[in-house]
Amino acid sequence: MISGRVWRFGDDISTDLIAPGRLFHLRTNLPELAKHVLEDADPDFPKNVRPGDIIVAGRNFGLGSSREHAPLIIKMSGISAVLAKSFARIFYRNAINIGLPLLEVDTDHIQDGIVLDIDLNKGIVTDKEKTFTLSAIPIPHFMIRILEEGGLVPYIKKYGDFCLD
Amino acid sequence: MKETLAIKILSSHCKKQVKAGELVVVPVDWAITQDGTGPLAVQQMEQLGLDGVFDQKRVILFIDHSAPSPRKELSDAHRILRSFAEKTGAMLSDIGEGVCHQRLVEDFVRPADVVIGADSHTCTSGALAAFSTGMGSTDVAVGMALGKTWMKVPETIRIELEGEFSPWTYAKDLMLFIIGKIRADGATYMALEFGGPAIDSMPMSDRITLTNMAVEAGAKTGLIASDPVCREYLKEHGRGDDYQEVFPDPGAEYSRAIEIDLADIGPTVACPHRVDNICSVEKIAGKKVDQVYIGTCTNGRIDDLRVAASILKGRRVARNTRLIVVPASKRTFMQAMDEGIIRDMVEAGAVILAPGCGPCVGIHEGILGEGEVCLSTQNRNFLGRMGNTKGYIYLASPATAAFSATRGAIADPREVLS
Ligand code: SF4
Repeated sequence: MISGRVWRFGDDISTDLIAPGRLFHLRTNLPELAKHVLEDADPDFPKNVRPGDIIVAGRNFGLGSSREHAPLIIKMSGISAVLAKSFARIFYRNAINIGLPLLEVDTDHIQDGIVLDIDLNKGIVTDKEKTFTLSAIPIPHFMIRILEEGGLVPYIKKYGDFCLD
Repeated sequence: MKETLAIKILSSHCKKQVKAGELVVVPVDWAITQDGTGPLAVQQMEQLGLDGVFDQKRVILFIDHSAPSPRKELSDAHRILRSFAEKTGAMLSDIGEGVCHQRLVEDFVRPADVVIGADSHTCTSGALAAFSTGMGSTDVAVGMALGKTWMKVPETIRIELEGEFSPWTYAKDLMLFIIGKIRADGATYMALEFGGPAIDSMPMSDRITLTNMAVEAGAKTGLIASDPVCREYLKEHGRGDDYQEVFPDPGAEYSRAIEIDLADIGPTVACPHRVDNICSVEKIAGKKVDQVYIGTCTNGRIDDLRVAASILKGRRVARNTRLIVVPASKRTFMQAMDEGIIRDMVEAGAVILAPGCGPCVGIHEGILGEGEVCLSTQNRNFLGRMGNTKGYIYLASPATAAFSATRGAIADPREVLS
């Protein structure tokens, strides 16, 4: 179970907005890069994000470049989960591969600053006061296992291969 | 089963009939990274405790995004890649050799191959009828080590093309039009398969522009069947033996088909800050530009440079406008020199940069100033893409770009002759 405060973002948050190209030279210094996470979308975010907070966005979150540094620095900032109406394909894979939970859910009515409870396995999202319950599109079982191992590297270390069933 | 191109290639690799929606483990023919994603892939391989690559001739590390290095941190990132290549025997494509995707189509990928790359535009090689897709560093690290990956077999959208382009209209205009139509997430998780009579007569450089931008509609890959045009291209590049015929079965099942008559399209521009925010060039003509950029994996090929040079020859880049030209590969650069194109461009006022990504991703060589406008032949115009969130990027074809450079404002290339 994940519980955290919402940071609200709009549609089409690109990986350029999450981890800007102008900071390309910081990709081998992730703690430094993480200080700038999402600052081009919301300058307050890197300053005020707290461990456990949740990102809630609109359509096509993480579109664009394949840079895995984007989900990595979101995870490093302490974000516990990302919820969006839809994700760009590469971002979705990358997030699971590095152990950042995400859920595809109708985020339209989730407001900034409220507190959400998330049951990842069931894919259920509720607000603290239980005024709404949202069901997410389930993460494929195989990807849940990667997530449970903490990402693809620990998964492969344990199983030595991809085990689809 | 009647197979789409994607299903045909994946089935033959998996040695079983696969179907859309199924999760499969696929052997890969190529696993590649570039200097922005490579150091993390190397680190992930170390974390895995694996320090060898599955096949030294099938793993390539490209140094193209910040090449030559503009700062010490990136020089050190390059050192990581060079020493990994040295240690594992993997191939290295160093500074000046060109953009990874251009080199892949010129020198490496064969029809029916499966390619994974830690770069979102890895879909480019689909122009050679390869299943080629972008992933992150960790996925590619595992692919480099094990020689396989997992994926969900995609559904396919068929783009059926007929008719002929009107003068001064190109594949870039067509692809911007398609993305405007299906939107930036219209093909998420899917393959885009381009076909029809207009494809049969389309040169490889144009086909590569189409598949390159498949990811701009969210697609996993863009695919075009191999055919005589593809065979000729491979022959020209000294790889005639790599040719293999691969095509979708007539009657294959598509999730959607879109028919387009090329004659219905004119020069098209994508406006800030979305690739699907398109309009016709007439609508935006007159917009002042500070910088024009011709190059990238989308439009830095010899055909693109030829068109641009034909417009620039005998004209001058407008005052207060900068024109930056970056050939996509060393081969393209040398050919452009042999043909006198580079001379014509420099004479007209262009600045030529080393083959590579150049200003495309906002690292160096052409970062925008506050409020500045760039007209670019690249594939993305996201906020901040060219190194400044206060800059504005418009996307267009090399012809529109070159003519606009001479006018200092976005201009309709159909007026070149008037
Ligand atoms: S030219 Fe631009 S889009 Fe192409 S690989 Fe380089 S940075 Fe990416």
